[in-house]
Amino acid sequence: MSESPRLIDVRQNVLSKNDQLAQGLRARFDAAGLCVLNLLSSPGAGKTRLLEETLRRLGERYKVAALVGDLATDNDARRLARSGARVRQIETGGLCHLEADLIASHLEGWDLAGFDFLFIENVGNLVCPTSYDLGEHGRVVLMAVTEGEDKPLKYPGTFQWANLVLISKLDMAEAAEFDAAAARASIQSVHPDATIIATSARTGAGMGEWLAWLEALRAA
Amino acid sequence: MHELSIAMSLVQIADEAARKAEATKVTVLFVRIGALSSVAPDALRFSFDLAAAGTLVEGARLEIEELPVRVFCEPCGVESDLPNPQLFCCPICQQPTGRLVQGRELELTSLEAI
Repeated sequence: MSESPRLIDVRQNVLSKNDQLAQGLRARFDAAGLCVLNLLSSPGAGKTRLLEETLRRLGERYKVAALVGDLATDNDARRLARSGARVRQIETGGLCHLEADLIASHLEGWDLAGFDFLFIENVGNLVCPTSYDLGEHGRVVLMAVTEGEDKPLKYPGTFQWANLVLISKLDMAEAAEFDAAAARASIQSVHPDATIIATSARTGAGMGEWLAWLEALRAA
Repeated sequence: MHELSIAMSLVQIADEAARKAEATKVTVLFVRIGALSSVAPDALRFSFDLAAAGTLVEGARLEIEELPVRVFCEPCGVESDLPNPQLFCCPICQQPTGRLVQGRELELTSLEAI
């Protein structure tokens, strides 16, 4: 006897488990008065260098911490720890993105109320990380002047997802023949309301504006 | 390439829903994927068979509905689908709009099961 097929209604987000964990994390961050940033870019866009300088400058006035995601090695965590901030490496062992449970497990033992800002440096990848909410308050996508002005058009889902697009390595703009107007037009094409800040961690250009954006986000 | 992780979540949700409904075998999964979801339907299909092995979902067909990006234009008061996700502007008045209404979905809508 064969039964006829029936329809079962599900209507569930495929990543609902991650989303629920992320919501729980966000509630913990809020209760602790902690502002959390999710930093994303392609490999080599300068996330770690920017973070190094951000932790150093912000660390003069706030208690800052960072979680750093990489497929392998703890080089970035060791580099960032020199700023004096609390830093932990998340080695994903090949996983191309961070998920909320990895964040939760790497926060163990930290008193969240003792920090003002937590930066999560995602794995260098412009595609996969955008599917996973990590409980952050701000999503920042970096784009280096060396990457080509049309990068946002190639990754519309990623740039549209960002609360802030940060153009990095501004000190190399001339050598890279970077066309700032074209880059802005590309970003605005996929994200008309995007906030855009151009920075150089090396010269300090734009760093004040970036820190002000962070402080405004924390106060919001 | 995070489609295998996604396929595993998809299979787990489907398997749980089927068990809850006291089904013995899932034959079709109806999934909606938005154009900005960062998930490639072909890669998901490829990963799906691997992820489904040994579950109630094994051998099931994956029916994917691809959803275009849909935006709301305030001046026109109208929701429209974008012809391409590289240009966020209202197809009627051509003015830029960032009001996303659809496009990031990654949802298991329903199952067909016996």
